[in-house]
Amino acid sequence: MAVRKSPITTREYWAPGHAACAGCGCATALKLATKAFSEAMEEKYGDPNAFAIAQATGCMEVVSAVFPYTAWKAPWVHVAFENAAAAASGVEAAWKKLGRKGKILAIGGDGGTADIGMQALSGMLERRHNVVYLMYDNEAYMNTGIQRSSSTPYGAWTTTSPPGKYSIGEDKPKKWVALIAAAHQVPYVATASIGNPFDFVKKMKKAAKVDGPAFVQVHCTCPTGWKSPLEKGVEIARLAIETGVWPLFEIENGDFFNIKIQAPGGGAKVKREGGRVVAIEFKKPIEEYLKLQGRFKHLFKQPEAIDEMREQIKAMWKVLGVDVTLPKPEE
Amino acid sequence: MTEYKPIRKVVSGNYAAAYAAKHARVQVVAAYPITPQTSIIEKIAEFIANGEVENLQYVPVESEHSAMAACIGASATGARAFTATSAQGLALMHEMLHWAAGARLPIVMVDVNRAMAPPWSVWDDQTDSLAQRDTGWMQFYAENNQEVYDGVIMAFKVAETVNVPAMIVESAFILSHTYDVVEMIPQELVDEFLPPRKPLYTLTDFDNPISVGALATPNDYYEFRYKLAKAHEEAVKVIKDVGNEFGEMFGRDYSEMIEKEHIDDADFVFMGMGSLMGTVKEAVELLRKEGYKIGYAKVRWFRPFPKEELREIASKVNGIAVLDRNFSFGQEGILFNEAKGVLYSAKSKPVMKNYIVGLGGRDFTVDDVRKIAEDMKKVIEKGEPDVEVDWYHLKR
Repeated sequence: MAVRKSPITTREYWAPGHAACAGCGCATALKLATKAFSEAMEEKYGDPNAFAIAQATGCMEVVSAVFPYTAWKAPWVHVAFENAAAAASGVEAAWKKLGRKGKILAIGGDGGTADIGMQALSGMLERRHNVVYLMYDNEAYMNTGIQRSSSTPYGAWTTTSPPGKYSIGEDKPKKWVALIAAAHQVPYVATASIGNPFDFVKKMKKAAKVDGPAFVQVHCTCPTGWKSPLEKGVEIARLAIETGVWPLFEIENGDFFNIKIQAPGGGAKVKREGGRVVAIEFKKPIEEYLKLQGRFKHLFKQPEAIDEMREQIKAMWKVLGVDVTLPKPEE
Repeated sequence: MTEYKPIRKVVSGNYAAAYAAKHARVQVVAAYPITPQTSIIEKIAEFIANGEVENLQYVPVESEHSAMAACIGASATGARAFTATSAQGLALMHEMLHWAAGARLPIVMVDVNRAMAPPWSVWDDQTDSLAQRDTGWMQFYAENNQEVYDGVIMAFKVAETVNVPAMIVESAFILSHTYDVVEMIPQELVDEFLPPRKPLYTLTDFDNPISVGALATPNDYYEFRYKLAKAHEEAVKVIKDVGNEFGEMFGRDYSEMIEKEHIDDADFVFMGMGSLMGTVKEAVELLRKEGYKIGYAKVRWFRPFPKEELREIASKVNGIAVLDRNFSFGQEGILFNEAKGVLYSAKSKPVMKNYIVGLGGRDFTVDDVRKIAEDMKKVIEKGEPDVEVDWYHLKR
């Protein structure tokens, strides 16, 4: 019988036994990210171990190292919440001084990146440290119990943006950190999703291989915070891509005029001009993505809020230089 | 040992700190500018620009909080890390100070004492560093530029022995920007005194990967704290040994955590920390010629606190005038408060009075010491202070 070769290294850097929730999409992201990183280091330096990790406080930090145990099979340091990028800067400087070749992986959630860690992230990118910053975006403060962050999408229920008589839930558009990172004109910025693991791994490897800083924002499902079925994490993440909620793109050296857009799939029609994606006609309505998650349940009683969400998604794509059409569900 | 021929340079306290960091062969410096610390990091940047240091990694971070975070990252990786700050910057670092000590990383930092705002001020005041008392850092208060230089070099040795970070504290402007002769140590002798750091663990060793900053449940946290407490106890001995070794090699002895003089025949002593003790020392010699039976006790190390040395001094004098260029609101001067606590269990309890002096850079002169000596004489005669805390300079 022919044995199929694993598409990615079977080495594990984030070992089983960590305390993440069942169905955690972020756990999948970290597992894949470290594998991709190691492969990239092997290909670039001939040393799969040429990396260390600095991680912000958050779900994935708390569940990974509970003394005297650790899930990390790589050198790892956690230096509080707001400064994974700053700690990684220090690790990278020391690696340089001590003559160790390789790259540092910084990891933070959306709260630790988009909110409290924004300044440290900007500093690290601007100083051109040889660090890849991975933002695992589950769109709220899940570690502290599902509070809204600036990366929480419009309309979502969280414990600090509860829907009610005077509230539709979160009432601000999502802040896209990848675009802010790209404005630093760093070599490589990308969005990714566990809904497309092959694309994610490819991007992580690319990020790891560039000289200088890179930023990857990966969409991760959180069944606990999204009130979604445990077994549907990848499916939900993929629907976010296919409905236009989550764009997959790459921006190199801050070149906003040549943003690389990955085809979303799901039957969407992509229109290109001179190699560039200029328009996408999505076929699946965002309702298909929303209806699988309890955090958006209340919106189905307020269809105007879903229409507003469609407008915000269009506006976000506009920033990427793409005109999108988003269908409404068939009555 | 190679014969010690000091290199005499006229430098500011800040330049003394920068040269000490250079001579200590620091490997990573992460810093953010703040008055009056700036000339420390400017000088280090110059060393790099002029090729005077080899491959020193300078991380010009975007805040003091990130400065300490980067130092923590670098130190956990195995490098010798250094930074410097002042007042507001130190306060912004506060969370990370706990982290550096809790993670047992031998980072050395110079804090230029500056008053906390508001009202806005850039002048000397010890409340910024003393507010970091419980972070787990060791604290050394320099009287002069020489002690800034010596302190930084010794601090690395002590810190790397006990795995506890150390703060060298100097006065804003009075030391930081005032030029004085500093005897510097030739590089090869600094290297002899302070060999390269040998970290227990690193973040470069993939074969033995470690996780730094893990979560500890109530079942383990307590023991981590006990170990840090024990490290401070051990540091008392290490500080004395390192201070003694420094004295033997370079002629300036630091084996006393409290530098003292005339204790044996003094009726009372002045006690304080930092540059104001330079003024006190001069005044004491003058006043003794006038018949005052006085001495001084200059607290060099505030953390770990030299309890035994203080009890020994207290057993020999009738009174202690504690000079605090700092204040703990709702309480009293911080050194006074600490000293009283230590002496509660002493057999002999001298009369004590707290003088709040020099806050926000208010001048403190030899004449002030004379006035306090006159007042303290009355306190001793009466056997108790009129007021326990005296806002000495207050405009009335």
